[in-house]
Amino acid sequence: MNVLSEKVLGGKQGALHLAILAVLLLVILPLCLDLFRLGLIGKYVTYAFVAISLVLLWGNGGILSLGQGMFFGLGGYCMAMFLKLEASDPISTKIQTTPGLPDFMDWNQIVELPWFWEPFKSLPLTLLLVLVVPVLLAFIIGMAMFTRRVGGVYFSIITQAIALILSILIVGQQGYTGGVNGITDLKTLSGWDIRTDSAKYCLYFMNAGLLILCIMLSRFILTSKFGMLLLAMRDKEERVRFSGYDVARFKIFIFCVAAMISAIGGAMFTLQIGFMSPSFVGIVPSIEMVIFAAVGGRMSLIGAVYGTLLVNFGKTIFSETYPELWLFLMGGLFIAVVMFFPDGLAGIYEKYAPHCSFSMLRARWLKKVPKVTGERQ
Amino acid sequence: MFGYTLEEVGNIVVMQGFSGLSLFSVLLLMALGLAIIFGQMGVINMAHGEFMTVGAYTTVFLSKLAVEYDFVKSYFVFAIIAAFIVAFILGYVIEYVMIRHLYKRPLDTLLATWGLSLVMQQIFRSTFGAKEVSAELPEWLLGSFQPTEGIDIPINGVFVMGLALVVTVSVYLFMFRSRGGLRVRATMQNRIMAGAVGINTKQVDRVTFALGCGIAGVAGAAFTTIASTGPTTGSLYIVDSFMVVVFGGAASLMGTIASAFGIAQAQSLLQFFMTSSMGKVATLMTIVIILMMRPEGLFAAKVRK
Amino acid sequence: MNPTEFILTIEDLTVSFDGFKAVDNLNLYIENNELRVVIGPNGAGKTTLLDLICGKTKATSGSIKFKNTELTRLAEHQIVRTGVGRKFQTPSIYENLTVYQNLEVSYPEGRSVIGSLFFTTTPAVKERVTRIADEIFLTESLHQQAALLSHGQKQWLEIGMLLMQDPELLMLDEPVAGMSAKERDLTADLLNRICKNRSVLVIEHDMEFVKKIAHKVTVLHQGKILAEGSMEKIQSNETVIDVYLGH
Repeated sequence: MNVLSEKVLGGKQGALHLAILAVLLLVILPLCLDLFRLGLIGKYVTYAFVAISLVLLWGNGGILSLGQGMFFGLGGYCMAMFLKLEASDPISTKIQTTPGLPDFMDWNQIVELPWFWEPFKSLPLTLLLVLVVPVLLAFIIGMAMFTRRVGGVYFSIITQAIALILSILIVGQQGYTGGVNGITDLKTLSGWDIRTDSAKYCLYFMNAGLLILCIMLSRFILTSKFGMLLLAMRDKEERVRFSGYDVARFKIFIFCVAAMISAIGGAMFTLQIGFMSPSFVGIVPSIEMVIFAAVGGRMSLIGAVYGTLLVNFGKTIFSETYPELWLFLMGGLFIAVVMFFPDGLAGIYEKYAPHCSFSMLRARWLKKVPKVTGERQ
Repeated sequence: MFGYTLEEVGNIVVMQGFSGLSLFSVLLLMALGLAIIFGQMGVINMAHGEFMTVGAYTTVFLSKLAVEYDFVKSYFVFAIIAAFIVAFILGYVIEYVMIRHLYKRPLDTLLATWGLSLVMQQIFRSTFGAKEVSAELPEWLLGSFQPTEGIDIPINGVFVMGLALVVTVSVYLFMFRSRGGLRVRATMQNRIMAGAVGINTKQVDRVTFALGCGIAGVAGAAFTTIASTGPTTGSLYIVDSFMVVVFGGAASLMGTIASAFGIAQAQSLLQFFMTSSMGKVATLMTIVIILMMRPEGLFAAKVRK
Repeated sequence: MNPTEFILTIEDLTVSFDGFKAVDNLNLYIENNELRVVIGPNGAGKTTLLDLICGKTKATSGSIKFKNTELTRLAEHQIVRTGVGRKFQTPSIYENLTVYQNLEVSYPEGRSVIGSLFFTTTPAVKERVTRIADEIFLTESLHQQAALLSHGQKQWLEIGMLLMQDPELLMLDEPVAGMSAKERDLTADLLNRICKNRSVLVIEHDMEFVKKIAHKVTVLHQGKILAEGSMEKIQSNETVIDVYLGH
């Protein structure tokens, strides 16, 4: 029926791919890996949220945000602020000048909790803010830029500048944000110790489950008329506008959704790894996350997840053994993917998979269809 | 005001103003190269900062030679020329190998050149080491002069600014007063027509890109007189330079100069009165907010589309 | 005359770019179910006129009234929603989508963000797509990628995308540019068919084609109206022959 969604996303094949990914993340990996390795996978999966958001925004919408790291970071910081306040109860901080304050505030001679930390005393409010703060920022940026028709590389450069501003701000305002070290020593979530093995398993499954949900949400968007309009806007923005659509609103919406998905990843990062720092906010992480999506395939939600896992796996292996080689590899990856594989892994799969796709194998097996290699009739 | 007397504030403004001029000169040279590449060709070169680093390392390398063979007094002039030539040739090769395949995909060019910048940074690190190195400066570039009591003007800053102005004027003369510049502008405005009247447009692309890179190389040479060079030196300037270009309105030379001046001065002054990071935040934030209200930059003309 | 009789009323319309007046104090009236052709030399302001009507360019002064709605103050998408459709000079279609999807995406429902998320393709939509595909001679290529169409077919597809919106005023910028003689004839038939229940404003250079379709012709020159009337009247007008048609 809908040829494009059949091919890239939905339909029987899409469901199958999603199921394979779910089984891999929820069953195979937890069974095969020890907790340390599984924790690494969990960390990569939090980046995959950002990669998915970029598939929506960049792959389908043609809007390249070089500031997705800040949404990841904001989500993570919101979560970390709650955990930090809980970890800084007056008893465990009694040696400080002002007990009950986060340690880095005490070190910076701050004696009263800043106003913007107040909401993070409450868990429900924190969970809300994890989503609202990044979406609000995205909304403001989107309103300012898309209604004035700033697009293309201008949008990329300006989002990059904003990511830079935010990361300098976080590093510079040590007393309020924990500075360059970030917010560390996080212990419990409403009394539940997140550092125990059972908690780590629990959070891993929660994380993977949320990722699957986000993929499904994204897929819903992409297979709807909205998704088709995104492609249309990427292709000929003017034509969409002169077909009666308010292009800016569509762009703002997808930018906000992308920010929200990235923020969920950031919050899950904080919970699983136990800290948040400005090194996830600035220019470099933001653009690295683009390459995760590019390697996996900028048009493919599932591909982006595999791309993220693969690149990070490579990064972990290489930066342990040959740190110099890694930067060459990373740089080379950027160049190679863009120049030779613009559709990434998913594109390669699309190209070669039809020869050995699941349905064909099954058909062959059931009906004993003779092989048709080399024959053209 | 901030606990200073009026006279002190005046002196601070003048001195910070001059230290801002060094930043202005480097930013202007960086932005000039970018403005040529982006304004004329629409290519975002994320590795532009690394071309500046190439120029800086070339200068440092020549200064080592100069110390060895005793021509410290005069080497700097050669260093500027060498920095330009090395960066120019490198840019020429990169255009041929990489950029020309990506002209129709600006966002992809951005990513590919980012990858290039990573590779180049690692090459610098492997070749010259992770530590920062500085050039041996000739004596006539050192020291400062004092026009009045309380004001100290560093000579290197004045020299760098002079260099930036010379390069700017040369670029202007090349782009708007020479046959070569005419060919560049013709190609960028109507590629097919330019090709039809016998201009080798591919050659023009290559030279234009290389020229932008060469000017970044000169920026690198200028940079060595005010700070030391490390593998990531260039990347520290890339966002600022892009802001200069976008803020100035990509295709306007006057706009580029004015916005480089404004941004450098604002940063330099604010960094004195606030912390260094907050000064930078305030400057960038102002630019971003202005760009959000006036996305076409400060000096863009209204055109019939 | 009572202005409400016209579907489009343009009065004292001026736009200047840094002092250059591309459209200069223009008055233009288009009736219901009229097919008007605007001709004129290059740079006469023809495309700018369409840009002004559909909101792509903002007028410096003057008024554009469409069925008593003032268009000069509306945003582009709002103008479209009042019932104005516009085809661009170079075919502007979504190359990565199929012909079917190109038409479907132009269907005037689910135009808001939320609406588009929950939009479902009803049989009525399918029926409309099939009918219009037939009208623009593209039934055979319905499931082909639009990028693979010939230049002429792309022009038709864009007209079809506009017909999906069922506009009351359809504006076409050089609809037969790059078409073969046979395709031109088919397009003339198509235009004569579709102006039965709507007004059409066409910009065209091909005089043979203009003869086949025009109810009335307006000649623009340097942003002003040089002449207006039936095709025969225009062809015998001395000034028009001097500046445009030639002897």
